[in-house]
Amino acid sequence: MSEEIKVPVMADCFAQGKQPEILFWVGSAGSFDDRAKKISRAFVKILNKANVDFAVLGTEESCTGDIAKRAGNEFLFQMQAVTNIEVLNAYEVKRIVTCDPHSFNCIKNEYPSLGGKYEVLHHTQFIDELIKGGRLKVEGNTYKGKRITFHDPCYLGRSNSEYDAPRNVLSNTNADIIEMKRNKQTALCCGAGGAQMFKEPEKGDMDINVLRTEDALETKPNIIATGCPYCNTMLTDGVKNKEKEAEIEVLDIAELIANS
Amino acid sequence: MKYIPNILFLLLFIGAIVFFATNVKKLIRNINLGLDVDRTDQKKVRISNVIRIALGQSKMVTRPIAGFLHIIVYVGFILINLELLEIIIDGVFGTHRVFFPLGGLYNYLIGSFEVLAFLVLVTVIIFWIRRNALNIKRFATLKGWSKKDGNNILYFEIVLMLLFLTMNAADYQLQVLGAEHYAKADGVAGAFPISSWLIHPLLENLSQGTLIILERTVWWLHIVGILTFLNYLYYSKHLHILLAFPNVYFANLNPNGQLDNLEAVTKEVQLMMDPDADPYAAPEENTEEEPAKFGASDVTDLNWVQLLNAYTCTECGRCTSSCPANLTGKQLSPRKIMMDTRDRLEEVGKNIDANNGEFVDDGKQLLGDYITKEELWACTTCNACVEVCPVEISPLSIIMDMRRYLVMEESAAPTELNNMMSNIENNGAPWPYNQMDRLNWVNE
Ligand code: SF4
Ligand code: SF4
Repeated sequence: MSEEIKVPVMADCFAQGKQPEILFWVGSAGSFDDRAKKISRAFVKILNKANVDFAVLGTEESCTGDIAKRAGNEFLFQMQAVTNIEVLNAYEVKRIVTCDPHSFNCIKNEYPSLGGKYEVLHHTQFIDELIKGGRLKVEGNTYKGKRITFHDPCYLGRSNSEYDAPRNVLSNTNADIIEMKRNKQTALCCGAGGAQMFKEPEKGDMDINVLRTEDALETKPNIIATGCPYCNTMLTDGVKNKEKEAEIEVLDIAELIANS
Repeated sequence: MKYIPNILFLLLFIGAIVFFATNVKKLIRNINLGLDVDRTDQKKVRISNVIRIALGQSKMVTRPIAGFLHIIVYVGFILINLELLEIIIDGVFGTHRVFFPLGGLYNYLIGSFEVLAFLVLVTVIIFWIRRNALNIKRFATLKGWSKKDGNNILYFEIVLMLLFLTMNAADYQLQVLGAEHYAKADGVAGAFPISSWLIHPLLENLSQGTLIILERTVWWLHIVGILTFLNYLYYSKHLHILLAFPNVYFANLNPNGQLDNLEAVTKEVQLMMDPDADPYAAPEENTEEEPAKFGASDVTDLNWVQLLNAYTCTECGRCTSSCPANLTGKQLSPRKIMMDTRDRLEEVGKNIDANNGEFVDDGKQLLGDYITKEELWACTTCNACVEVCPVEISPLSIIMDMRRYLVMEESAAPTELNNMMSNIENNGAPWPYNQMDRLNWVNE
């Protein structure tokens, strides 16, 4: 076990009559995927450091249903959504933050018409807010002089037009931020979206994550920064495919900030 | 006898308009085969999008060279068509340059039309080279009719512009020679900054009689050409000249990432989750709707905006050249999704025409006969195609509706996805982990 982190659970807060400022939606990847769990822990470190009054649903959280929806299974999606909305509404949740752009998009855009209306933030937006509000100071020089390139997650960027928050946050690391030739609106997908993460790709000449990794490698980075657990996995695999894992790290923005 | 040309012109003109109107009616009928969807909200935003994206072509210039060239042809095309008004009036009443009394302004207008025509001519030649000689992938992959169609319009433009300039040159020379009907008492009608050096030198030695024949011939060819062009549109990707405007107006205004929630499913889910509902209750008698079909297997399961999208598609291939699946050699091409939808819709329309207004099952559908499962499953829902489309088309929405059909009507998802979905159903996560372990990450 690494450093101690404090993760309050919503049911306990509720029992004590407390209403946390924000709910951290961990998501399935953040809860179960080994790589993504580290991202959840890094984000909590930031929340702890900034003294944010937050809670998680814990065992009461269930898959948003996003992947099922993108796979075409609207039934399963709506069943999941209705279940989650019931829990969220029972706790009178107002504000949600998540490290997963897919959950972010799904809860923000697709839950409202099913009765779940919340303010939903991607963790880079929330970290940006913490820094701008003076609640979080990023002063270390861990990344000074490093070259970092940021890969836009489709469900944060094109899907929800958020390109600035992750870049604002990264600019606090003292690193050199270098854009790939395809960035923001024209960024290339990592290959995981639309339920691709859970299946073999169709026949083709190459894998999408390798093509995107090539985009990243062109910037000669020390670090590839991501804002999505699935992108992280895809690009980590891409870097391995190019046998560059000794030189290049793939890190979530939450990890970069927690470490600096 | 004297009025024969006028009558001939009028007949030709009316005939062309009637034929065009018949096709427009067919077009509207076909689009209305789609399901209903409400796109009447936020009128101000919609109008400003039309001005910015359709009229202002703001999404074209993200590829600066092609975008800039396209704007030249587009502006040229629209402005030169102002001259059409004069041509039509002259045609009907047998007048000559009826707007000449505008004086200096008239010369200024005709002069700028000539410059524009010349710019269009040059640009169209560049387009032809790009399309045919430069091996640009999004053009090189076009085959059959689509490839011809792309070039046809370029030839059309070249011929029309040359006719326009020749007509002016011959007309000018006739005015100089003082030919009856052409010459004006008070100077020359029009200014000819381009045709005077490009074409005029070739005509200087021709007799007045030859010139009149030439002028009349190109005048007729030009107007016939324009009326043909108008009627060619319906069969061409160039329908976007007209449809880009309504298409942008009715485009989806929600965030790109937001997929609609199927209302029919919501009803069923509510019923399933409602503890008071009697699961064995007989379905209500006489419900006016037939049981909803989930997702789309044919064009008539798509909504009318998706069908309008299909007719509007310019086949430019920007979507396909941005598509991660296509870039890595997968079968999926969002442009093909749009072209297939249009082809199938045309087929359904022709079927209806041939069978007195009733569609007779032809044993075909969009899914399988046009668009394969393999294409549909290759999509990452990344929205690159939607973002880049200059006329606000969403190939992704069609892909998603067809996936919905595959999964909800045919249970035909790839096995790995079925496993993923049963995990979600059983333990609330796409992997086989226990929901009770959801908090374990805290202590690892
Ligand atoms: S959304 Fe699908 S079709 Fe469109 S660009 Fe992305 S992968 Fe290709
Ligand atoms: S869908 Fe849009 S981007 Fe794709 S070919 Fe048609 S017009 Fe071009």
